[in-house]
Amino acid sequence: MTETRVPEEHESQPPQPGTLMTRATGVGTSVGRSLLLPTLAMVTALVIGAIIIAFSDIDILRLLFDDPGAAIGQMASEVSRAYRALFRGSVGSVNSLSETLFAAAPLLLAGLSVALGFRAGLFNIGAQGQMLMGGLAATYVGIYVSLPGIIHIPLTLLAGFAGGMIWGGLAGLLKARTGAHEVITTIMGNFIAVFFIQWILTTPGLQDPGRNNPVSAALSGTARLPRIFGSGYRVTIGLLIGVALVFVVHWVLYRSSIGFEFRAVGSNPEAGRYAGMNVALVVTLAMALAGGLAGLAGANQVMGLEPYKASPALAGAVGFDAITVALLGRSNPVGVLWAALLFGALAAGGRAMQGAAQVPIDLVVVLQALIVIFVAAPGIVRAIYRVKAPDEKPTQLTTGWGS
Amino acid sequence: MDKLETATPEVVLRTSAGERRATIIGVVLMALAAVVLGVFAFGVPTDASSTFNLSLPTDAIQGVAWTFNSRIFSAVAGILIFALGTDRLRRRHLERTNLALGIGLLLFVLALLAWAAADSSFSLVGMLRSTVISSIVITLGALTGLTCERVGVINIGIEGQLLTGAFVAVILSSAFGTWAGVAGAMVAGALLGALLAWLAIRFAVDQIIAGVVINILAVGLTSFLASRVLSEAQDLNAPARVSSIRIPLLADIPVIGPMFFDHTFFVYVTLILVVALHYGFFRTRWGLRARAVGEHPKAADTLGIDVLKVRYRNVIGGGLIAGFGGAFLALAQISRFEENMTGGIGFIGLAAMIFGRWLPFGALAAGLVFGFSGALAQKVGILGTGIPSEFMLMLPYVATVIVVAGLVGRARAPAADGQPYIKQ
Amino acid sequence: MALVLEGITKRFPGVLANDDVSLSVAPGEVVALLGENGAGKSTLMNILYGLYTADEGTITIDGKETVFDSSADAIAAGIGMVHQHFMLVPVFTVTENVVLGQEPTGFGGMIDRDAARETVMGISERYNLRVDPDALIENISVGVQQRVEIIKVLNREAQFVIFDEPTAVLTPQEVEEFFGILEGLKKDGKGIVFITHKLGEALEVADRIVVMRGGKVVGEALPSQTTMQDLADLMVGRMVDLTVPKQPASRGERVLEVRDLVVLDFRNVKAVDGVSFDVHAGEIVGIAGVQGNGQTELIEGITGLRPAMSGSVQLGKTDITDAHPRDLHKLSVSHIPEDRQGSGLVLDFSVAENMILDSYYDRPFSRGIVMDWASTRDMVSELVKQYDVRTPGIDVPVSTLSGGNQQKVIVAREFAREVELVIAAQPTRGIDVGSIEYIHSQIVAKRDAGAAVLVVSSELDEVRALADRILVMYHGRIVAEFAPDADVTDIGLAMLGSAT
Repeated sequence: MTETRVPEEHESQPPQPGTLMTRATGVGTSVGRSLLLPTLAMVTALVIGAIIIAFSDIDILRLLFDDPGAAIGQMASEVSRAYRALFRGSVGSVNSLSETLFAAAPLLLAGLSVALGFRAGLFNIGAQGQMLMGGLAATYVGIYVSLPGIIHIPLTLLAGFAGGMIWGGLAGLLKARTGAHEVITTIMGNFIAVFFIQWILTTPGLQDPGRNNPVSAALSGTARLPRIFGSGYRVTIGLLIGVALVFVVHWVLYRSSIGFEFRAVGSNPEAGRYAGMNVALVVTLAMALAGGLAGLAGANQVMGLEPYKASPALAGAVGFDAITVALLGRSNPVGVLWAALLFGALAAGGRAMQGAAQVPIDLVVVLQALIVIFVAAPGIVRAIYRVKAPDEKPTQLTTGWGS
Repeated sequence: MDKLETATPEVVLRTSAGERRATIIGVVLMALAAVVLGVFAFGVPTDASSTFNLSLPTDAIQGVAWTFNSRIFSAVAGILIFALGTDRLRRRHLERTNLALGIGLLLFVLALLAWAAADSSFSLVGMLRSTVISSIVITLGALTGLTCERVGVINIGIEGQLLTGAFVAVILSSAFGTWAGVAGAMVAGALLGALLAWLAIRFAVDQIIAGVVINILAVGLTSFLASRVLSEAQDLNAPARVSSIRIPLLADIPVIGPMFFDHTFFVYVTLILVVALHYGFFRTRWGLRARAVGEHPKAADTLGIDVLKVRYRNVIGGGLIAGFGGAFLALAQISRFEENMTGGIGFIGLAAMIFGRWLPFGALAAGLVFGFSGALAQKVGILGTGIPSEFMLMLPYVATVIVVAGLVGRARAPAADGQPYIKQ
Repeated sequence: MALVLEGITKRFPGVLANDDVSLSVAPGEVVALLGENGAGKSTLMNILYGLYTADEGTITIDGKETVFDSSADAIAAGIGMVHQHFMLVPVFTVTENVVLGQEPTGFGGMIDRDAARETVMGISERYNLRVDPDALIENISVGVQQRVEIIKVLNREAQFVIFDEPTAVLTPQEVEEFFGILEGLKKDGKGIVFITHKLGEALEVADRIVVMRGGKVVGEALPSQTTMQDLADLMVGRMVDLTVPKQPASRGERVLEVRDLVVLDFRNVKAVDGVSFDVHAGEIVGIAGVQGNGQTELIEGITGLRPAMSGSVQLGKTDITDAHPRDLHKLSVSHIPEDRQGSGLVLDFSVAENMILDSYYDRPFSRGIVMDWASTRDMVSELVKQYDVRTPGIDVPVSTLSGGNQQKVIVAREFAREVELVIAAQPTRGIDVGSIEYIHSQIVAKRDAGAAVLVVSSELDEVRALADRILVMYHGRIVAEFAPDADVTDIGLAMLGSAT
């Protein structure tokens, strides 16, 4: 029947997208080169953010018609106030740094989850649902089990991992057995998880006695993550666990045969099949592990944040921010670490920005999205700043809905 | 050589997959039958009666209703479902599996409603009407999706396009009236579509990633602007009222009338759009070329068709549709903007597109099915059964998973779906 | 009215595909453009057809210099192209494919289906190209698909028609038919360029032969004044042996036994319809046949990549029907897959990673789940040297290697161990002559080392050169067996289903 392969005329044809996954740094690029692009991306995003801040203030806009000069002056001062708060809130003081690290921890864990999925060719958009299920499981163990902290904490974390692992594994299983695309199943999983947790937190087993809304009782003291720098700073060992996992995930991906299979199946499942790999098992396992990592992120949220109670909002926006973290980190564990720190800084700074300068924290989300766009499509920044590029490979992972 | 060589598939052997599906569906139907008989039929007193109201207070013909004995109704339904189940287990006429499932589910739902309405009544017409209303955004989302995918571009960003459209619609409608709102929403959706196309085509960014990031951007931007602008200027969150247009004569037909012919203009435009897209894709030359681009872009290119231009055009066109959907959501359904108000309905639209086999009429049918599940959830919640409302709210999302898991059969997406087209 | 290309130069990253190439075609003339894979023929024609833009050089039609920015321009200028890989939309009908881009329309852009069908049948009758206008492309045979392509080209009133490897997928009989069609087009005054790497066909049908090598034109000849050997030498630049040197086979025990194998394709139609054959140690069995007669599914059925509906496959005394590919690997079966980029390699992976793609899970490449990269790298470096894989290093992505070297990586992977059975599907498709020679010699070496070898190839020449026994596959069945020196016509008839 009709052949569909591209004819191979040339000895070395330029690589076609669709067969490539991005690597940590491009082949042949130096460290300097590989930092230039994200830096420019950030700068450009901040500039656009400034424009958004300036032009979204109705009072200033009204002033623009009467007295343009004064209006621009006010815009400048508003933007500078916002960004100064952003800077101060993220790295301006010891407390800010602690807040940055504190915000980075769940982003790191969830980011590793999404990145691991990408490496296996899977879009894990369900980190939010996996966090909820992991947080729920951790809450259960955190409330009902009484053990000394040294056992209770790992056990609770394990429960969190398990909760997320099951939720992610389900999506993986569906994909492996029925071909259901994980983008849709994990997104649906998010919503189902939210409703589920909304319900289960109103059952007497988990609900905080004396409260009418879906909030859990508080976790016992032995299940709470200790703070690294003392009670004055919010950073917990959750961050250290995340950093440790960076090395674990790296080892799994590049030094274990399981990771070899993940990467092979992620890049070319058909070749994996021909080579004797069990593609269905790999897909399920990858989603399960990714889910587990996100579950840990959820556990971190109930074990590491005041008031140590679970609620439907425990995942916050971390589940989606994690996607941007993974993309910025190019699905590479170390890259994810840096990206989580950066976006943690934005989150911490954003809170300060909202408090001090009355700029809604959602701007941070916009900045994140813009940064990712600029990193995923380097041509934009290159065109703006007239930077010449090494052979940048396009970020392409999809081959349609088919299984 | 006289004989024309056509290799028609003469022997289509029964697949084990089809048999497996029939078995699964058969078991499912048996389980449903058990629930219907056990809970719906025998869970009500012998003399309980249910009433389905078939007319609305505004109808020309009043008082049309269907009252019947709850238990008998459910029992009959249960037996029928059981029969369908056993028939499926025999694994003959595999092509009828979907039909059997459809009928079985319909009977189940009717029995469920009868049970929930035991010794009371409820407005069946009302529920059917709200089905249609709930289905519009989903259908529009599905139409957006297929307009893009038919030319080979996966659009995950429908959710973001709907949300942004809603936002722009509310502001412009509050300031300048409904038409400004709708137009602005469509432009907003188109702009996001253009962004998706630009990223995917010009920079070969993975289409799914581009769509996801656009969603994130849309949520962030609309939430930011809503906090910043709308909370200050409350009068910008008060869109003009959109009234229903009642089509004379047609709207007086019992049941069908209020269901289809007494709606805001959005609904009518959507129905016309379905027909127009069907005609456009399958009868016109632009449709043929568009589909060629989605199936075999290289072939289209060699015939002088501008593949990239066609992709841009369709993705932007899809954005117009999504913007329109957002306008409907914000102006006619909820009548204000709330952060994240789309609640994942864009993704349900994608599922509806797959369910509807990337066909415009399929999108409509699928939209109605999903809309029905949402309306059912609402209704059952109101009727006060023992089921927690959260589980009912889950229903459309669970249904989506079941659909994409292929329990209703597989379909082929356009062959070049998701692949960037690189010229040299 | 002549078509003249002059000084055409085209560069791709890392390769000079066309280097100052000149070519001319007159109306009613058939020019054969000869060269091996990678010589630059297709690039040149793609430039002529507006799919690529030349970096330097001119195209002149009838004395007027023209520039093609797209295929639309080329079509408008009267140039038509029938591609090697057909440009047909599988889910559309014959008619829809023919009129695509030039649809007869009525009110509102609506396609006039009757007019379209008439157009198709008109051309079909005039040039004796029989097709069913309402058939779906995915349901018709390759030979018919080619006719559709030709009708498409004629529908646009092409004056010059380019054929890119038109006979690659045809049986010998269909090839004769195709030559008849060429005659018809010639009489009609069309100028024809006919790209091929098959010397015999060029000699038979062309008025003039142009030979390309390494991106340049290296010679022009008239068929009456040249021989196949001369042309071959021009093509590869040295004396080339057109046969594979091998000793007669020494047949041993039966290794592979296939009995009544039935395999379904993706449409649940019987692609393999009761196939039985044996392969013994020390012999090469070649399966000839036009692409699409079930060979792909046969290999997939034997290697466990596609479930067998019924029948059995035995390796020695072990039943390997529906065996897992990994089990086969452990049983010393090696498989060179048909689609090296799609199924044989992970293009993102390095040469080293690809070399261990089917053996990474066991010693010495890993212990438990921990991979031993140090040992792996040593071994891979050895293999790369041993199997003449031209690569800058073992850590570069295998996508940067040429087709021939990619195939050598696969061969190294499959052959660098004890193998009892070799299954090679299209082992030299799309690679340079040097690599072809190398791989053929490796296959023969394995045979001489005692392995049973099964080769499937749609290149009849390859089968005849390699095999000790030839089986012909048609419509899912083995319809004939031949000795390698059998008459080509007889084999061709069998390939068409008319075995006596």
